Amino acid sequence: MTSTSEARPARQSVGDWFRNQLSNIAPFLTLLFLVAFFSFASSSFMSFGNLQNILQQVSITAIIAVGLTFVILTAEIDLSVASVANATGIVVAFFTLQDASVNIANIPLAGGFAIILAIATCVALGGITAIGVTRIGIPSFIMTLAMLQICDGISAMLVRGQIAYAVPSLVGELGSGSIFGIPWLIIVAALALLIGHVVLTYTRFGRYVYMVGGNREAAEYSGVNVKLIIAAVLMISAFCSGLAGMLGVAYFGSAQQNEFGTYLLDAIAAVVVGGTSLFGGRGGIGNTIIGLFVLGVLNNGLDHINIDSFLKILIRGLILLAALIINIYAERLRVSRSASH
Amino acid sequence: MDEAAIRLKMSHISKSFGGVEALRGVDFTLRRGEIHALVGENGAGKSTLMKIIAGVHAGFEGEMLLDGAPVHFHSARDALKHGIGMVHQELSVVPQLTVAENVYLGVQPITRLGAVDWAAMNKGAREQLQKLGLDLDPRMILGDLPIGIQQLVELSRVLFSGASIIILDEPTSALSPPEIERLFRSLRSLRDQGNSIIFISHFLEDVLAIADEITIFRNGRKVVAAPVTPEIDKAWIIQRMIGKGHEELESSYLGDITLASPKGARTVLEAEGLSKAGAFRDVSLTVKGGEILGIYGFMGCGQIELARALFGKLKCDAGLLKLDGAPHKLSNTARAAKAGIAYVPESRRSMLFHHEPIYKNTSIAILERLSRLWLKPDAERKIARQHIESLSIKTPGTEALLGNLSGGNQQKVGVAKWLTYLPKVLILSEPTRGMDVGAKEDVVKIVRNLRDQGVGIIIFSTEPETVLSLADRIMVMRKGTVSQEFADETISKDRLLAAA
Ligand SMILES: Nc1ncnc2c1ncn2[C@@H]1O[C@H](COP(=O)(O)OP(=O)(O)OP(=O)(O)O)[C@@H](O)[C@H]1O
Ligand SMILES: [Mg+2]
Repeated sequence: MTSTSEARPARQSVGDWFRNQLSNIAPFLTLLFLVAFFSFASSSFMSFGNLQNILQQVSITAIIAVGLTFVILTAEIDLSVASVANATGIVVAFFTLQDASVNIANIPLAGGFAIILAIATCVALGGITAIGVTRIGIPSFIMTLAMLQICDGISAMLVRGQIAYAVPSLVGELGSGSIFGIPWLIIVAALALLIGHVVLTYTRFGRYVYMVGGNREAAEYSGVNVKLIIAAVLMISAFCSGLAGMLGVAYFGSAQQNEFGTYLLDAIAAVVVGGTSLFGGRGGIGNTIIGLFVLGVLNNGLDHINIDSFLKILIRGLILLAALIINIYAERLRVSRSASH
Repeated sequence: MDEAAIRLKMSHISKSFGGVEALRGVDFTLRRGEIHALVGENGAGKSTLMKIIAGVHAGFEGEMLLDGAPVHFHSARDALKHGIGMVHQELSVVPQLTVAENVYLGVQPITRLGAVDWAAMNKGAREQLQKLGLDLDPRMILGDLPIGIQQLVELSRVLFSGASIIILDEPTSALSPPEIERLFRSLRSLRDQGNSIIFISHFLEDVLAIADEITIFRNGRKVVAAPVTPEIDKAWIIQRMIGKGHEELESSYLGDITLASPKGARTVLEAEGLSKAGAFRDVSLTVKGGEILGIYGFMGCGQIELARALFGKLKCDAGLLKLDGAPHKLSNTARAAKAGIAYVPESRRSMLFHHEPIYKNTSIAILERLSRLWLKPDAERKIARQHIESLSIKTPGTEALLGNLSGGNQQKVGVAKWLTYLPKVLILSEPTRGMDVGAKEDVVKIVRNLRDQGVGIIIFSTEPETVLSLADRIMVMRKGTVSQEFADETISKDRLLAAA
C-alpha cells in the first residue's frame, strides 16, 4: 500500500461547514432576530425583570424538553409528555392532605411518600411505554398517543372534575418558592438541562443515544442493545415529565385535569426549533436551550406588543412550521452530501 | 478505435476537499461506443472524478468538454439532461419503495389522467429486470430483498434510462458470477448501440474481460491510459496501480489450493440444526479456535441470514448454538457481542456511522471496555490512530467524518472496529468488498494473524477468490442448505462453483 495517513487537520470548506452547522445557526439567528424585534417594538421587553419572567415561563417546558431531547435524538417521539406530567401532578396532590372544601376521595400520606409514589407512577408509565415500543414493537408515535389518553384517563379518575390545591411542602417550595430572589423552578430547570447535557455529551449512555439515532442498524451490528437504550430514553422522558408535572402543580397553585394542555406542543417545538433532528442522531441540550429561548421570547414578546391574542396563536404555529422546514431542509442537505460517496 | 468520436474530454482536472487533494491535474477521454475501465487503489480519486462528470461535485478546476463543447454541470439532474447517468458505489436505492418505483425513481410514467401509471411501471420494470436475468414481482418492497438484487435494480434504473454515457462505480461488488455475466452481456449490447460506459472495479479479471480501454489512477493522478490489448494482464495493471512488486499477489489462489489439515484445537463455536423459514434449513457447523471457515454460496442462498443468526440479529426457528461447549441463547446482538462474537456485515451502510468521525466508529463496539460511565475520547482517538496506522486507512485524521472516506477505506474502518480486543469468534461477511488488491492483501494478512492468535473465524462470501485465499476449510451453501464441505484436500475455483 502506498496510501499514507498524514496528520493534516481536517479542514473543510466554508460551504461544507455552513451546511453542517445550518441546523445550529438558523435557530440562533431566529433568536437574535426575535430579541432585536421585540426590543425595538416594545419598551418594556428588554429588562432584567422580564428576563426572569421569560425564564420562569419556560422552566416547566424546559424540564419536559430535557427528556424529550433524549427521545428525539434516538429518532423516536413521545407524545405523552404533557399527559404524564398532568397525571403525576395529580397523583402527588391525591396523596396529600387537602383542604376540607376539596371534595376528592384522596389518601393523605406523609409528604415524602406522596412524592415517592408520584415518581414511581411516572416511571411506571414510562416503563409501560417502553415495553410497548421495544417488546411488542408498537411505533412510539402510536404507543405514546395511547399513553396520552391513558394518562388523561388516570388524571380524570383521580380528581373527578374537582380541583386540588395542596402539595407536599418540598414540591411547593421547588415549584413556587425562591432563594435569594431566584425562583427554585428556574434553578431546577437549569439543573435538569445541565444534567441532561452532561449525560448526553460525556457518558457512554449518551454516546449510545446519539449512535442509535444516527444509524440504528449500525448500532445493533456494533453490539449495542438498541432496545434497552430506547426503553431507557422513554423512561427518562417520563421521569422528566413527572418532575415537571409535580412542580407545575405547585407553580399553578392547583391540580386539575387538562392543565398541561399546551406543554406537549411547546416541548416538541422547543426541541425541534432548536435544531435537533427529528431523524435522530443530531442536536442536543444546547439546541434545546436555544429552542426554549426562541419559544419563551416569542410567547413573552407577543404579550408585550399590542396584538390580537388569536393572531398570536397563528404566529406561533407559523414559526413552528418555519423551524420544521429548516430542520428537514438541513437534514436533506446533509444526507445528499454524504449519500454521494 | 481511434476513429470513434470523442464524447467526453476532461483536461487538467483538480479537486480538493479542504486539505485533501483528491485529484491533481487529471486527464480523461471517453469515446463513443467504448467500455472504459477506471482502476486504482482505494482513495485514488476514481469516484471523485466520476462525481464531477455526473454533476455531483460542481466545484473543481479544469476543463470538461462534452461532444466538443465546454460544459459545467451543477447537479446530477443537470448531467442527466445531457445523457449522463451514474450508478454510485454506495447503493442509493430507496428501501421503503417497491422494486418498480425504484426502477422508475423520479421518472414515473403518468397516465393521461395524471396519475402514476402503475400497470406500465410494473410491466416496464419487470421487462428491464428480465434483461439482467432477474425475474421477480416488481411490487415487492426493495428493502426486503437481498443486497445483490438491490444492486441489480439500481443498475437497471441507469442502464435503461436512455443515458448515452453510463458510469458504473463498482457495480458488481454484490453480484454472483452468473449475474455478472448477464450484466456484461447488457453492457456489451449497450456499447454496440453506440453508448459509452465507464466501469470502475477492483476485480481485475472483470476489467480485462469487459473493457476496451483502461485508465489507471494512483494517488489522485493519472498514471496511464491504454487500449486493452492481449499484452495487458493483471500484473501489468497492478504494477501501474500500486507501483511495486505485487505481481504474484493474486496468482496465489488462481490455481489449486490445498486446504490445511485441521489442527487439534478446541471448538469455540458449534451450531446444530439451525433453521430459519425461508432462509436456511438444518445447518450445522463448528469452528475451532485458530481456524478459518469459509462459507461460499451465490447471493440469496441463505448465507447472509445464517451470518445474522450467528450474531443474534435473526432469531432461528430451530437449532442449538454452543460457545466454548456451553449452550448459548443469542437473543440480541448485544448478547452476542458480550459473548465474544464479532460481526462485520456485508453492507457498509448497516455497520458504519457516516455522519460521525472515524474515532467514534472504531470505538462503538468496544465502548463498554473503554468506559464504565464517563467517555474517554482521548483513549478512543488513540485506538483510532492505531487502526489508521496499521490498516493504512487513508484519511486526514481521527476527526474526519466517516462519510468523507473513499469506499474502500470505509470498509477498513468497518473491520477495524472489532480488532481492538480479540473476539472469540469473528464473522466476516464479504470482508474485502470494495478493497483494492493491496488492501485485500492486508486483510488476508490481518485475518491470518488473528487466526494465529487463536480466534475462530467464519468468512461468508460470494466471491470464490475471497474464500479460497483465506479459508482453511470451506462449506458451500446452496438454496439454504450446506451442499458440500471441503477440508484437507486440494480444491479449485471450478470445483467450488460447481458445488454452489
Ligand atoms: N466529500 C469529501 N470530503 C472530504 N474528502 C473526500 C470527500 N470525497 C472524497 N474524499 C477524499 O478524496 C480521496 C479520493 O476519494 P475517492 O472516493 O475518489 O476514491 P476512490 O478512488 O473512489 O476509492 P475507492 O476504491 O476506495 O472507492 C480520498 O482520500 C477521500 O478521503
Ligand atoms: Mg470510490
